[in-house]
Amino acid sequence: MADEALFLLLHNEMVSGVYKSAEQGEVENGRCITKLENMGFRVGQGLIERFTKDTARFKDELDIMKFICKDFWTTVFKKQIDNLRTNHQGIYVLQDNKFRLLIQLSAGKQYLEHASKYLAFTCGLIRGGLSNLGIKSIVTAEVSSMPACKFQVMIQKL
Amino acid sequence: MSRPAHKRPEYHKINKDLFVLTYGALVAQLCKDYEKDEDVNKYLDKMGYSIGTRLVEDFLARSCVRRCHSYSEIIDIIAQVAFKMYLGTTPSVTCHNSSRNEFSLILHKNPLAEFIEELPAGRSALCYCNLLCGIIRGALEMVHLAADVTFLQDRLKGDNVTEIGITFLKKVDDKKYRRKK
Repeated sequence: MADEALFLLLHNEMVSGVYKSAEQGEVENGRCITKLENMGFRVGQGLIERFTKDTARFKDELDIMKFICKDFWTTVFKKQIDNLRTNHQGIYVLQDNKFRLLIQLSAGKQYLEHASKYLAFTCGLIRGGLSNLGIKSIVTAEVSSMPACKFQVMIQKL
Repeated sequence: MSRPAHKRPEYHKINKDLFVLTYGALVAQLCKDYEKDEDVNKYLDKMGYSIGTRLVEDFLARSCVRRCHSYSEIIDIIAQVAFKMYLGTTPSVTCHNSSRNEFSLILHKNPLAEFIEELPAGRSALCYCNLLCGIIRGALEMVHLAADVTFLQDRLKGDNVTEIGITFLKKVDDKKYRRKK
């Protein structure tokens, strides 16, 4: 348990550090999100390599998404995704009702405007993990009331 | 047919990998953002300081460490309790001078640089693990100990070991200590 404190603190510093050095505005805000997401992407790639080196091949796309929701999420965020939905056309919605990186912020709508900063890294984490499992995707996140969070994964046909 | 059951991953190992990989991604990003190694080092130290001021609260809450009565006792706790708790490694400790305010932590294994073979080209002055210096300095400052923390040796720069030098800058205030007792 102690070692995860380091990651949580580092993540918080990365978020505040990236935004501190930026100016106001839509373009700059997008650049910050991209920077955090790209870091998460690289970490997601590395993690999934270590994680899956001993596992059998996944049989299909849904199997991969289930792996992300159960094993990957449990290891990184200490709990499973609470709900996985799909339209069977390449869009998946992963809902975490107590997202670990938001729990310490608030339990409601206080600080809601800052929530998206703390999701960009994890979007990259998911996209990077999927990338190394052979899936190209776009991952976005939304929060309507903390600490619940939805990650939408849009799988792109190669 | 569902996927064959596989061995459960070692949570601790993956946890540490998450931190180490995240740190690597951060350093890579900083090397893109800044041209000078000196600026990257400064940023890592500043970020580490900020983390250290918060981490020490976590540490004191988890461990049952009481007030320390000497610099060498403090260094022992950093090496044997704090490093073990957060990084899973125990550095060895040496003392440099007779007034006993200069110490070194010698990391035979450096978990932060576990996946690093060598520094990238053109980055010879980069202190890859400078975050650690900031963390230690920030944590010590929150318990009223001003200290200089720097890397004296770095395996990534060709040295045999990684050595963190810690110099305490002022005496523990005996009067204040007695009053709070």
